[in-house]
Amino acid sequence: MEWTKHDYEDIPGTYVFDGKHAYGAYPLNKLLFSFCDEENRSEFDRDPAAYCDKYGVTGQYKEFVLGKQFLNMLRSGANIYFMAKMAIPRGTSVQDAGAQFQGITTPEFQAKLSAQAEGLVDKLKKRGGYWIG
Amino acid sequence: MAKIIGGITSSHIPAVGNAIADGKTQEPYWKRFFDGYKPAQAWLDEQKPDIAIVVYNDHGLNFFLDKVPTFALGCADRYDNADEGWALKPVSPFKGNAAFSWHIAEKLVEQEFDICTCQEMKVDHGFVNPIRALWGTHENWPITTIPLAVNTVQHPLPSALRCFKLGKALRQAVESYDQDLKVVVLGTGGMSHQLQGERAGLINVDFDLECMDRIASDPEWMTKFTNSEIMRLTGTEGIETIMWLVMRGALQDNVKIVHKHYHAPISNTGAGVLVLENTFL
Repeated sequence: MEWTKHDYEDIPGTYVFDGKHAYGAYPLNKLLFSFCDEENRSEFDRDPAAYCDKYGVTGQYKEFVLGKQFLNMLRSGANIYFMAKMAIPRGTSVQDAGAQFQGITTPEFQAKLSAQAEGLVDKLKKRGGYWIG
Repeated sequence: MAKIIGGITSSHIPAVGNAIADGKTQEPYWKRFFDGYKPAQAWLDEQKPDIAIVVYNDHGLNFFLDKVPTFALGCADRYDNADEGWALKPVSPFKGNAAFSWHIAEKLVEQEFDICTCQEMKVDHGFVNPIRALWGTHENWPITTIPLAVNTVQHPLPSALRCFKLGKALRQAVESYDQDLKVVVLGTGGMSHQLQGERAGLINVDFDLECMDRIASDPEWMTKFTNSEIMRLTGTEGIETIMWLVMRGALQDNVKIVHKHYHAPISNTGAGVLVLENTFL
């Protein structure tokens, strides 16, 4: 099968969720989507491996789910919003996940976020018209 | 005749709803973010719109990947919030206006926007949190709503230009409705952020501020970017800001800028509030 190349594929550290991912990881995303339902979350927690089998999540995909390997799940085609349905209730916030993707701690990840907004109020004043507070 | 009185932009991140639910809006982390909504709330109090058309993206509550409409319009009298997988208590159902929605659907399709019509549509944090930030949380919501979902989740996504054109068609659709209704359009989501991959945590304050200023006064500037360019500059989830252009396209060319508020970081994002008023009604 020949997948069309895209100009976003060279953005570093980025897995744009497109047809190629959505197609390949369809069972995985279906499993993740099922977590909107409390009964399904409990069923998964009782026997994660059996739950993967039920959704046809096999091979490496299954290994990644059972190991909560979120970066590998992403790389293999999990959608970030669907993955959040698995991660967040099990104690991994999107910031924790972001830190894991980079191999740093959550406070370090948060510090990186803040650093990008340094000097914000001065920028707002310079542009003008912004509420300053 | 129905009239669009103006548009508002707002972040829709889940953390906003959690901060409201947990009573944290005046804590140091959140205070500046939420205080900056007060002028928007005051404008709404003064203007008293009847209906909010909320432009947002579904994050896997109403739509699974089996069917992904590019544009989907709620055409019901009621929209329910539901568990998105985080075991949070859903907020009260929202009131819709089916007859008005179907009018909008007809007029959009006439203008070659072949949208998906939804008689059942669960609304997620993308829809709920801007309403909570702007109107507060209520058992009986003080505003009637129409959800307009844009696919910003599974590529291919509509372009910024296409979103802007949808806004223009939306304006025609609203203004051709023979009922005296005051409509506000909410453009939600954004601004710069990336949740996924090793590049997670990207925020681009300078580009966000340029977007805010240009969307207010020169929105065509943003329609010249491709989605790949926007993702490169603002992160894969930063692409949500294209939904602001639906709101902007629905307004007149020259608007009164009532309020501009930007804060970063909030959760993983840069967050912007614009209140733009149509002055020629």
